[in-house]
Amino acid sequence: MSRPAPVAVLAELIRKPWFWGLVAIAVLLALNMVKDPNYLAISVNPANGHLVGNLVDILRAAAPILMISIGMALVIATGGIDLSVGSLMAVSGAVAMEFLESAGDSSSLVVALGAIGLALLVSAVLGAVNGILVAYVGLQPFIATLVLMLAGRGLAKVITGGQNTAAASDPFKWVVNGFVVGLPVVFLFATLIVVIVALVVRRSALGLMIEAIGINPKASRMAGIRPPGLLLTVYILSGVLAGIAGIFAVGSVMTVDVSKTGYQLEMDAILAVVIGGTSLAGGKFSIGGAFVGGMLIATLDKTVLFLGVSSSATPAFKAIVIVVLCLLQSQRVRSWFSRRTAPPTRLATAVTDDARKEGALA
Amino acid sequence: MTAVTTEAPTGARRALAGARRILTTNPSVLPTTAAVAIFVGMVIYGEVAYGRIVQFSTLSNLLINNAHLIVLAVAMTFVILTGGIDLSVGSIIALSSVAGVMLANAGWHPLLVIVTMVLIGTVFGVISGILVHYFNVQPFIATLAMMFLGRGLASLLSTQPERLADDSAIRWLGTQMKIVDGPKVNDLVITPGVILAVLVVLVALFVLHRTRTGRTVYALGGSETSTLLMGLPAARTKILVYVISGTLSGVAAIIYTSRLGIAQNITGVGWELDAIAATVIGGTLLLGGAGYVLGSVVGALVLGLMIVLITRDGGIRPEMTTIITGGILLIFVLLQRVVTRKRE
Repeated sequence: MSRPAPVAVLAELIRKPWFWGLVAIAVLLALNMVKDPNYLAISVNPANGHLVGNLVDILRAAAPILMISIGMALVIATGGIDLSVGSLMAVSGAVAMEFLESAGDSSSLVVALGAIGLALLVSAVLGAVNGILVAYVGLQPFIATLVLMLAGRGLAKVITGGQNTAAASDPFKWVVNGFVVGLPVVFLFATLIVVIVALVVRRSALGLMIEAIGINPKASRMAGIRPPGLLLTVYILSGVLAGIAGIFAVGSVMTVDVSKTGYQLEMDAILAVVIGGTSLAGGKFSIGGAFVGGMLIATLDKTVLFLGVSSSATPAFKAIVIVVLCLLQSQRVRSWFSRRTAPPTRLATAVTDDARKEGALA
Repeated sequence: MTAVTTEAPTGARRALAGARRILTTNPSVLPTTAAVAIFVGMVIYGEVAYGRIVQFSTLSNLLINNAHLIVLAVAMTFVILTGGIDLSVGSIIALSSVAGVMLANAGWHPLLVIVTMVLIGTVFGVISGILVHYFNVQPFIATLAMMFLGRGLASLLSTQPERLADDSAIRWLGTQMKIVDGPKVNDLVITPGVILAVLVVLVALFVLHRTRTGRTVYALGGSETSTLLMGLPAARTKILVYVISGTLSGVAAIIYTSRLGIAQNITGVGWELDAIAATVIGGTLLLGGAGYVLGSVVGALVLGLMIVLITRDGGIRPEMTTIITGGILLIFVLLQRVVTRKRE
């Protein structure tokens, strides 16, 4: 290959799964620039030194989506899915708000930490319920988590007594609305957590083991991996991350809306993961991809709002995007574009499907 | 005379022996039997604890209020029998009823509105089916996308409760007709919606148990590989179950809207859970291949009766219902795991 280096670098970049996500973000931002040339302008608020601008807003909105996206990326890598993240956000938010309200001390750091700790504990327990059902009972992941997706919202309502509980707590509010060196704290926290998760799974064998389960649970067991324990860990992690996302989501208004907090956000998480180039079939994940996917969704949400399209239309739009992405991932469509690979026969896919079903049973 | 008297007991004995044979040779009947037992148990418990359960008004209300759920359970049974799932039923109902009410209020002919409402469901079913079959998208992902699409489109149409005009002909489907005029309000009442639901159940029974399509549905759930190797029309049937499910969701939307007279974009949130729970309680295996439509009907009635008992009891908060439904679903899924594991 005697290509000049820059071209090679570019070719390498294009092959990255998250490259097109970055392109999409750029396109969306450009679209906003067309409507308002000053869209990207960032100014410093002279009163408190905070950065102000649409980009900062996007970063803030991205935080909860990033949390559930990386959790979802790991779950999908094991060949599963976690449909309960949106409802877990509501539960976690409800727990935190109820705790803060009953404590009543709006300036105490201990109370705020207690609320966060309790909310995360509850999310971890619910994540563990998912994990046990999937790993030890052997339920299909979507059924196990579907129960919590639908019952979780009921749980949040029971916790708050059907109310949209509001509470005041300055330290809690700072986590979401505060600024450090001009940047929103919430985004810094989110990035920090993403980096920690990425380091833990990629600098150790954990990531490989997770992918091994997704490729073939039986083979991974024979290779000395214990799938149940790992699966449980992954679902607990997804639950905790959803809990953090819930805290981020309720913190900005300091109110939990039991029917709206985290509503339909499982779709955002799945979408972010798929945009990041992770196949829903499992066996692979890219934290960077999920990060880019999450940022894209936050940008998309803000763009839709900015362009004045009814925000109720976004789920429909996202659904179409995910359908298109699923189509692009399917063998049949891929074979349309490349002549080398023949489309798989119906029988071949049926055999793999059945094998997977057997795997789920084992 | 003697022939008749001797034949009656042997007939009864034969029926009993037949029932026992079915139970022992065909373990897949067991969960459905359990569902019937639970339903009877709930009726007896309700009658003893709260009273006024076994009477015309309560039972006909049970049917009227759950006619849409029965239709949804039938729809879900088709899909789950093939080993798939349809998460879009609740959203289809939202979109279909909001669109239907708006069209009716815009002056469309009622028949045209009803056909449109059903067709909206059909289109969603076709899309899900094509995604699942031709593009090999996992059923829950494909129908989850449809779920969000339906909900989004419904919200796009309107986020306010849309009221069906009082003189609209569609409301006729929800009118109550007295069959038996009991004392006071204790009448046996029925609505055209209930009749529609019963018709759906009968047709589904016939299709699943008396046609080749029905056998193929069961075969797909057993093993898709074998279905293909046997030369059964797997592709057609796999898409068909999603089309049936979507279409029946449209029918359920008509039944529900005609009874309530109001449609909203948040109608039907969580009804996927109810439909899946009804199907699973009724004894259909989530992995597919075994189950009965009538079991799902019983499952839907169990859920409906549960709501009645919760309301009568008064001590359980309404927010708890989704948790209880989820809990029941979980218990039954776990039971299925135990039963299928034993068989292996």
